[in-house]
Amino acid sequence: MHGVFNIDEFRHAIERMVPSTYLGVTYYEKWLDGITRLLTEKGVVTADELERRQAFFRDHPDAPARDAVAGTPPAPPPVDPNWLSFIRESKAPPRFAEGDAVVTRRRHPHGHTRLPRYARGKRGVIARFHGVQVFPDSHAHGFGEHPQPLYSVRFDAVELWGESAEPNATVHIDLWESYLEPAQGATRG
Amino acid sequence: VGKNHPRVNPYVVSRVRALESLLLEKGLLAPDAVDRFVQQYERDTGPMLGARAVARAWTDARYKRLLLDDARTALGEFGLDYAMLVVVENTPAVHNLVVCTLCSCYPWPVLGVPPTWYKMPPYRSRAVSEPRRLLSELGLEVAEERAIRVWDSSAEMRYMVLPQRPAGTDGFDENALLPLITRDALIGVAEPAAATSAR
Repeated sequence: MHGVFNIDEFRHAIERMVPSTYLGVTYYEKWLDGITRLLTEKGVVTADELERRQAFFRDHPDAPARDAVAGTPPAPPPVDPNWLSFIRESKAPPRFAEGDAVVTRRRHPHGHTRLPRYARGKRGVIARFHGVQVFPDSHAHGFGEHPQPLYSVRFDAVELWGESAEPNATVHIDLWESYLEPAQGATRG
Repeated sequence: VGKNHPRVNPYVVSRVRALESLLLEKGLLAPDAVDRFVQQYERDTGPMLGARAVARAWTDARYKRLLLDDARTALGEFGLDYAMLVVVENTPAVHNLVVCTLCSCYPWPVLGVPPTWYKMPPYRSRAVSEPRRLLSELGLEVAEERAIRVWDSSAEMRYMVLPQRPAGTDGFDENALLPLITRDALIGVAEPAAATSAR
């Protein structure tokens, strides 16, 4: 929501749902939970006023939202046309090039990350450079954008799934530079 | 919401409407914002933009190259400015499949509203761990000689599959090809419809 929370905070809010609830509800119920969590945490909406407003709509299930609006609302802030733009300018050259062998770091942060658990400590190859982009691990926690190079990294299914891997399959994962280290003894190939 | 989807949980309906009215009241939401959003993705976008780009790529080699190398410029021909899309090409040797294991990210501007199964945990986990078996269960047999490339949309980049043009469509123009290009084919869980189905 513009000016209230960013998209990474939103994703992190959804990840903070009780896991058993997360698995049992629909996708948009997760959105509802995440939005409500952020709006109440940030004091935009209090739990009490939400409860009272919800009681109104429980009693008036066909009433449109505006029916409960008191007075004349202030005009909403203009929508930033770049709100879904995550690419940032950078003069620093990327550390890795297409074809470089890399290994993902093995770490298990408590907060938000885009390094999936199934791809930690795995060897892959840089397949594509996506430019320098906002770093969600920082942005989700209100610590700023701290943009860094983003790469598409190709992993062989056997590296990810071992004996259970299906033959002749790869998984491409978009990973930020700080998730990656050069693979030991690797040559570009 | 409630009228169109009578099975929606009444708690969810009243909760959503309460939030909407509070955000309207606080000046955080424009009065027509929700309707505009729903209309844009359900009616105006649909899977149409992605399908139109594919139909053009099938009939115009220059456009196909552009779509694969620079999707933003290619989609600009349809009036869309979408900087984050990468289009990946199916070939006789490679089949591509798109998923988001982390939070079910989806290229809304080209494919419209995501299907429910795309957002469910079974698809999100199995698409990366056993894609060939998953596709088989969905009715798409991919021979072992054909590589499967799975794209996990773990950042803000979004992926769309450029399927192979179906046999028997020689002489079809863009408009004749369009009905063959399904949403599922653009995600990679199906092939485009057979040429006969368009007639």
